[in-house]
Amino acid sequence: MERSFEKYFRQNRLPHLWCPGCGNGIAMKAIVMAIEKKGLSQDNTVIVSGIGCSSRASGYMDFDTLHTAHGRAIPFATGIKLARPELNVIVITGDGDCTAIGGNLFIHAARRNVDLTVVLFNNSIYGMTGGQASPMTPYGKKATTAPYGAIDRPFDVCQLAIASGATYVARSTAFHVQHLTEMIAGGFDNQGFSFIEAVVQCPTAYGRKNKLPEPADMMKWMRDQAIMKPAWDKLPAEKREEKFPIGLFYSAQYEDYTTAYDEVIQRAGGDQK
Amino acid sequence: MNKARLMQGNEAVAEGAIYAGVRFFAGYPITPSTEIAETMAKLLPQVGGKFVQMEDEIASMGAILGASLAGQKVLDATSGPGFSLKQELIGYAACAEIPAVLVDVQRVGPSTGQPTSPSQGDVMQARWGTHGDHPVIALAPWTVREAFDATVMAVNYAERFRTPVILLMDEIVGHLRERVVLPEPGELPVYARRQPKCTRSEGYQPYTPEEDLVPNVADFGEGYRIHVTGLIHDETGFPSGSPSVTEKSIRRLHEKISRAEDEIIHYDEFFLEDADYAVVTFGGVSRTAYEAVQNARRQGIKVGMVRLMTIWPFADKMIARLAKQVQGILVPELNYGQLVGEIERAAAGQCPVKLLAKYNTEIFTPTEIETAIKNLCAGGRI
Ligand SMILES: Cc1ncc(C[n+]2csc(CCOP(=O)(O)OP(=O)(O)O)c2C)c(N)n1
Ligand code: SF4
Ligand SMILES: [Mg+2]
Repeated sequence: MERSFEKYFRQNRLPHLWCPGCGNGIAMKAIVMAIEKKGLSQDNTVIVSGIGCSSRASGYMDFDTLHTAHGRAIPFATGIKLARPELNVIVITGDGDCTAIGGNLFIHAARRNVDLTVVLFNNSIYGMTGGQASPMTPYGKKATTAPYGAIDRPFDVCQLAIASGATYVARSTAFHVQHLTEMIAGGFDNQGFSFIEAVVQCPTAYGRKNKLPEPADMMKWMRDQAIMKPAWDKLPAEKREEKFPIGLFYSAQYEDYTTAYDEVIQRAGGDQK
Repeated sequence: MNKARLMQGNEAVAEGAIYAGVRFFAGYPITPSTEIAETMAKLLPQVGGKFVQMEDEIASMGAILGASLAGQKVLDATSGPGFSLKQELIGYAACAEIPAVLVDVQRVGPSTGQPTSPSQGDVMQARWGTHGDHPVIALAPWTVREAFDATVMAVNYAERFRTPVILLMDEIVGHLRERVVLPEPGELPVYARRQPKCTRSEGYQPYTPEEDLVPNVADFGEGYRIHVTGLIHDETGFPSGSPSVTEKSIRRLHEKISRAEDEIIHYDEFFLEDADYAVVTFGGVSRTAYEAVQNARRQGIKVGMVRLMTIWPFADKMIARLAKQVQGILVPELNYGQLVGEIERAAAGQCPVKLLAKYNTEIFTPTEIETAIKNLCAGGRI
């Protein structure tokens, strides 16, 4: 067994509470592989999460970690970053956490271009509370609160991030582990608001209700339906149905919030103090 | 020597925050608290601090708690509707023991209510606004200078007890302008947050309490790699489902404050030596009450007054003593009757406690309170 990443985990907090076959562990591992790749130090990196199955990841990771309230991870992370800009601040959130209860906070942090890396574990469902519909449950799919199929149109959260001002936006899946790791690592390189959607499987609360009962069914679904961005761009509209693009969707250079704030302090004369 | 300045209560809060070492403020504008945010926006960058206008009060609260965990002293100001939005994260701060000061400049509610009118309607919300059992400290100043001092005190208590502290202002004091001389640096004590006493390798645990029941939680970025959560947790900081851990931690949260009550509870007593009756007040109403009490005394009525500065924890012992001394207590409040219930509870039937409630947007006139004092003495209706 490969043990090189053990140092990033709190061994005494394991085993984790996730269901067998859950995709959260894969996404969490991808984050630490990206951390390793970019050489972020454990003492200088803070992991902030909201509430949900996905957000429990922070407790297993050996950094300064903050398990906040449902939907509120991003403003906590903003406060940390502004108070200590030298820290790397990573946010782990769920589809419900980020786009339902935390939706407003998410778009505003993107707008400010706060230097955070936000990784959304998208399992298309409220896992922790047992399978209610989220704003990212695909149209027509079933949830305990949408027993006849969801009629709400889901967010394309990457488009939302771009429209809100994020300066790095990417998507990958738990099937494409190396790719996911690269996408996250790219987010660390960007000095600004970076957003990575990690599509993960939730066999328990989503798969079983939607004809994908085995963890492997959902992995196969990711393998077959996720299309790399360059191929996706060439794909005719009729072939795009049921499929979704993965890869880097957007990156831009724009002054990040803490840098901009340093200028405010300069203008006010506070740098002399 | 600092020169005298004409200053508004809200400005004094901002000045007090800077004096106490607050270097981070996140807020959302709302009348009648907005001047605090505006003054902080101007002052903080001048001392190398940061002000952020957030997208709502929930975000503001999250941001100050994050900044506090990263080692900054923090403050945030709001009014009724915003105070309601902050409640969930006030509980988070109580549970995770994160120092933070919230200023609530009260206005008439419920809901949008009367946005520019004075009220004292958030007394109970300050105590019980967030869910579950939790302790709270709330201070209510009655002058502009005291708004400054109470802010410094609030920041000190937040840091010292690692708990959210509420500065329960009202529109009267918030918008009042008075001539004040601010203290020189060093004149008021400023508390420096306690740091861990041992290293990670020496077995540091973030939530192991000291003798005063307050833990020395490490700031983020200091190499301790701690975990902070709003789930009930043990001394390691990690969640625990154990009934005994749950009971112990909820008890400790309360006792770290209740044990220090004598130090936290502040009040002023006026003319009580010979008093047969007493008025108990707080905040802006105390100014009117003081005048009314003086007028009554000039007419030979033996009435005294207590002005509560600390609202929570409540001054039970003092009220119990007072109730034994006097034949009646009058409680004028700009609400439908909130603090009066606490006073009745603490008086425990030793003397009648009468409410003078006003909730029509107007402040009391001295005559109204004076008349109520006379009615109290006559044993009649207030
Ligand atoms: C204010 C508040 N509302 C509701 C909840 C209950 N709750 C906990 S987790 C959750 C949904 C989590 O879904 P998601 O963010 O997608 O995370 P997942 O469990 O799927 O990883 C809800 C509704 C809560 N904890 N707090
Ligand atoms: S409910 Fe779903 S998301 Fe939660 S642990 Fe189980 S598989 Fe994972
Ligand atoms: Mg989910």
